[in-house]
Amino acid sequence: MSTPALPLELDALIGWSDQLTEEEREVRATTRRWVDGHAQPHIVDDFEAGTFRRSHVKELAQLGLLGAPLPAEYGCAAVSNVAYGLACLELERCDSGLRSFVSVQTSLAMYAIWRFGSEEQRRRWLPKMATGDVVGCFGLTEPDHGSNPAGMAARCRRDGDGWVLGGTKMWITNAQIADVAVFWARESGGDGRILGFVVERGTAGFSAADIPHKLSMRASHTGSLHCDEVRVPEAARLPGAAGLVAPLACLENARYGVAFGVLGAGMDCFERARTYSRDRRQFGVPLAAKQLVQAKLADMAADLVEGSLLALHAGRLKDKGQLSSVQVSVLKRQNCRKALRIAREARGLLGANGIVVDYGVVRHMVNLESTYTYEGTDEVHTLAIGRALTGENAF
Amino acid sequence: MKILVSAKRVSDPNARLHVAADGRWVEGDVEYILNPFCENAIEGALQLAEAHEGTETVVVGIGDEDTARFLRQGALARGIDRALLVNADEAAIDSDLIARIYAAVVAKEEPDIVLLGKQAVDCDSNQVAQLLAEYLGWPQATFASKIEVVGSEVRVTREVDGGLEVLGLTLPCVISADLRLNEPRYASLTGIMKAKKKPLDELELDDLGLGAATPKVRVVAMSTPPGRVAGVMVKDVDELILKLRTEARAI
Repeated sequence: MSTPALPLELDALIGWSDQLTEEEREVRATTRRWVDGHAQPHIVDDFEAGTFRRSHVKELAQLGLLGAPLPAEYGCAAVSNVAYGLACLELERCDSGLRSFVSVQTSLAMYAIWRFGSEEQRRRWLPKMATGDVVGCFGLTEPDHGSNPAGMAARCRRDGDGWVLGGTKMWITNAQIADVAVFWARESGGDGRILGFVVERGTAGFSAADIPHKLSMRASHTGSLHCDEVRVPEAARLPGAAGLVAPLACLENARYGVAFGVLGAGMDCFERARTYSRDRRQFGVPLAAKQLVQAKLADMAADLVEGSLLALHAGRLKDKGQLSSVQVSVLKRQNCRKALRIAREARGLLGANGIVVDYGVVRHMVNLESTYTYEGTDEVHTLAIGRALTGENAF
Repeated sequence: MKILVSAKRVSDPNARLHVAADGRWVEGDVEYILNPFCENAIEGALQLAEAHEGTETVVVGIGDEDTARFLRQGALARGIDRALLVNADEAAIDSDLIARIYAAVVAKEEPDIVLLGKQAVDCDSNQVAQLLAEYLGWPQATFASKIEVVGSEVRVTREVDGGLEVLGLTLPCVISADLRLNEPRYASLTGIMKAKKKPLDELELDDLGLGAATPKVRVVAMSTPPGRVAGVMVKDVDELILKLRTEARAI
């Protein structure tokens, strides 16, 4: 019996299934099932309303996605970095904002406490952050200091047996809903080191504000943090962090999840464009029968194959503790570029329908504009690669 | 209390199946999923275990290493305590032999409740729970939409035509799970990571005294439905009525 050839699954083209462990495939599958059942059905409404559903926090925690790659002794799932990357991919197949929530909680806030915190701080915060009872955010970027965090204006000074913090942080994901913020500030006096503090919501002088009127990442909270003479005890300082290298290590960790995640947005755009071009008929044939359309689809799919294999490779290196900073720059730059290009092509392929939010691609497209910029802009990563290749600092 | 649940893999209902050349089975790269009714049974067992401290839950599957994957990821990852894999060729067993295998496992495990999916969505036979109850001589309740343990009996709500029926069963008993029994939980990442560390014991048919057992029913032929034929355009209502009367014989 002859059956028509089915359209090739993107996963089959990537051919990575056999290279994943059973656990990695299952982490991906269970994340996807949750996304399809609980996030996809109302993502368009949430995006239009400009809101992140608070109920997602507990659901994501029950799935074990918060702090997933961190050790089990702190209540985390202790999955491989590849498994975590695949979970990010499936979250971002729905929306970059959903993945950003998990990224910030896991790779920035929890990671900072795990990597640079004392054992007491780890035990105090990480289990509650894994269960979603405590939401975290990460304050490094400032209104006047984005790509150049070394210029930060936020200050901390010793005061008796504690510290006083002052300064403003900007473009902080989860700021408005966070129970704790990892706040970075330069020491006044002394040797001017950059230090990190865990600041609790409700601390006198500490406040968060919404950044309104975003046209990107609308299903995610973005805000600012403000410290006005905020007094915190020495126990709030992350003892392992001394210098800019600490927050940069956190960013490097988070960039990996971003680079794996954006593949999901790219895949969703590709699939929507493929479906649309097979269904939509013009000039008496499906759009998919046109060479120009096939060329675009082939480019998109090939980019996703390359991006996926690069992400998997990076994940394996990260699991062995061998992923270098400049390799993360290559990964983040390439995958964010590719995903944005795919989303723009998909928007074009869908014609006028492409600008309607219900068709999905324009939402991904504007979200990916943020991923192109955050966690190190495309240009910053380009210069980081250039510096590594030439030995010349062109920042 | 001890609860035994089923986990059968079935071909993905959304997948396109190819009938083998001999017409007796499907071939090629078949995508499998866990039978949805078994997922309800697993969730039912987990909820009973959560409500009754000290309950042990055991999942049973029949097949090969791929079935073991479903035991781990469909049952152990969700919270079932341990698994038993009975090695057998799924294509060479019928519902009756499955029931005899379960009966032999029950003799070894001595559970209080056997909770099975009401049917597997590949062949839709809907026979195993009933046959098993008969082989064991145990009371049974099929198509359960609610299960409660009340004192020494199990109350099972069944959706019947026009309403609900509540049965009270003595233990031990056999129950088959319907879709409305519950909404199966998602396996958590922690559960997935623990699944391989939980016990999964393998049994051979010989261990169960069924080494020489043969199925009583065999598949004679399988075929896919005929493809859809293109529709016909009619000029007017008169022609439509004529065709409905003479060709479709619908009126």
